[in-house]
Amino acid sequence: MLEPLRFRGGGFVIEPKRHAGWIAGFAVIALWQAVSSAGWVSPVFLPSPAGIARALADLALSGQLWRHLSASLRRILLGFALGASAGLAFGLALGLLSHARAAGLPIVSALFPIPKIALLPLFILWFGIGEPSKVATIGLGVFFPMAIATFSGVDQVPRALIRMAQGFDVPTSAIVAKVILPGALPGILAGVRISASIALILVVAAEMIGAEFGVGAFILTAGNLMRTEDLLAGVCLLSLLGLAVGALVSLAERRFLAWR
Amino acid sequence: MRLIVEEVGHRYGALEVLDGLSFTVAEGEILAVIGPSGCGKSTLLGILGGLLRPTTGRMLTEGAPPAGCLNPFTYVFQDFALLPWRSVAGNVAFALEHHPLGTAERARRVAEVLATTGLAEFAGALPKQLSGGMRQRVGIARALAVTPAVLLLDEPLSALDAQTRELLIEEFLALWLRHRTTAVYVTHNLDEALRIADRICVLSRRPGRVREIVEVDVARGERDPARLAPLRQRLWRLIQDEARAADRETQGLLRA
Repeated sequence: MLEPLRFRGGGFVIEPKRHAGWIAGFAVIALWQAVSSAGWVSPVFLPSPAGIARALADLALSGQLWRHLSASLRRILLGFALGASAGLAFGLALGLLSHARAAGLPIVSALFPIPKIALLPLFILWFGIGEPSKVATIGLGVFFPMAIATFSGVDQVPRALIRMAQGFDVPTSAIVAKVILPGALPGILAGVRISASIALILVVAAEMIGAEFGVGAFILTAGNLMRTEDLLAGVCLLSLLGLAVGALVSLAERRFLAWR
Repeated sequence: MRLIVEEVGHRYGALEVLDGLSFTVAEGEILAVIGPSGCGKSTLLGILGGLLRPTTGRMLTEGAPPAGCLNPFTYVFQDFALLPWRSVAGNVAFALEHHPLGTAERARRVAEVLATTGLAEFAGALPKQLSGGMRQRVGIARALAVTPAVLLLDEPLSALDAQTRELLIEEFLALWLRHRTTAVYVTHNLDEALRIADRICVLSRRPGRVREIVEVDVARGERDPARLAPLRQRLWRLIQDEARAADRETQGLLRA
């Protein structure tokens, strides 16, 4: 008697579903709006999506949105630029020089786990309550993940490529520039992704102390005044900021890591 | 360029890998080096090209490198060692960029070796887009671009399938016949060595010593399996016991 062979493969494959993300997002917002419109929760405890959108629009029209956003962006950009470039240089040294690694890695390991916001009071004592203490907190928070990402990125460059370059008498500086840095770029960009989100966390925290403008200051004020619509409008801004940064890093990955 | 190896020995810490090797590679010959796995073939090649410092002994050369030579000792690697972020032409140019050549001369060299290796139409392709055989052609093109005095080939075909290996042996020999560059060809494949080499240096198991240097006394055009059979028999007898012992040695190490 003939019997068909039983199929037992398949499954365990994640396929892209294009519209599911949008649909799910809209469904959550629609449900939320329905609950608010039905009057089941007080708008003070949970403002409706429409209310939050209105608050955002008011903010944009009054010019306050840009004022807070630009203050936060300036701090993030400055802190990130300083921390990331220092972290990159330090990570490169950890990756390339035996002495730097032996001396530097224990220090990095000891300082990396400290929540950098705990150092903000100290930075305020050192630099005053203005911009420098906030930028320093962000810079320090970005420095360590960048240093670690760069260092492990350098470690992941295949030794065979370095030997090849030496076999063609390529000078050391050119090996660093043309073999090690491009080879470490996937690790470095992963570090940028992580440290950008750390910068976002730290800017909000830092702005909750002694800042007039900035998304963090805005959220704190809104919370103190029980203006929860404004509070969640600020949170939405942060979410959009995070998404934008993520998209930017993805763009850089597509552009510079197409060879993978 | 003639290459003289004098009493070269090497150890990694307590592990002795090579023990007093002496031989010469004549100008314009291909010397194949075969031996059981772990006998220090790659270490020897590293020493020959100046990437590893021998623990004992020394290396000497005699004669001038060919005109236009940029990198006297040039490797072709088993894993190709291509920069994955550079195109085929970019990988070849990588070997030239630090030499004061001028843009036109650099472009000329790149175009020439890409043409001779049949890669001209792939100049803009990335390594990930190429088959293993094409990748090794890039490795060979890159080596030829610097007009080497001595080619050091480290199991160049071991990562390829049998058919591709066959194609590349033919191509490599055709290229080699044009310039007759002195070459050291490390392999664990007896048939490859018999096809390519003028002489075959048989190494013992670790620590590697020269067991015998065998001349392949059949002209390259007449090397069919039947003609090579007696020589192959003789070489296999030389290697057989060593290979068996090396095989068991490795297993012993794993158990410990």
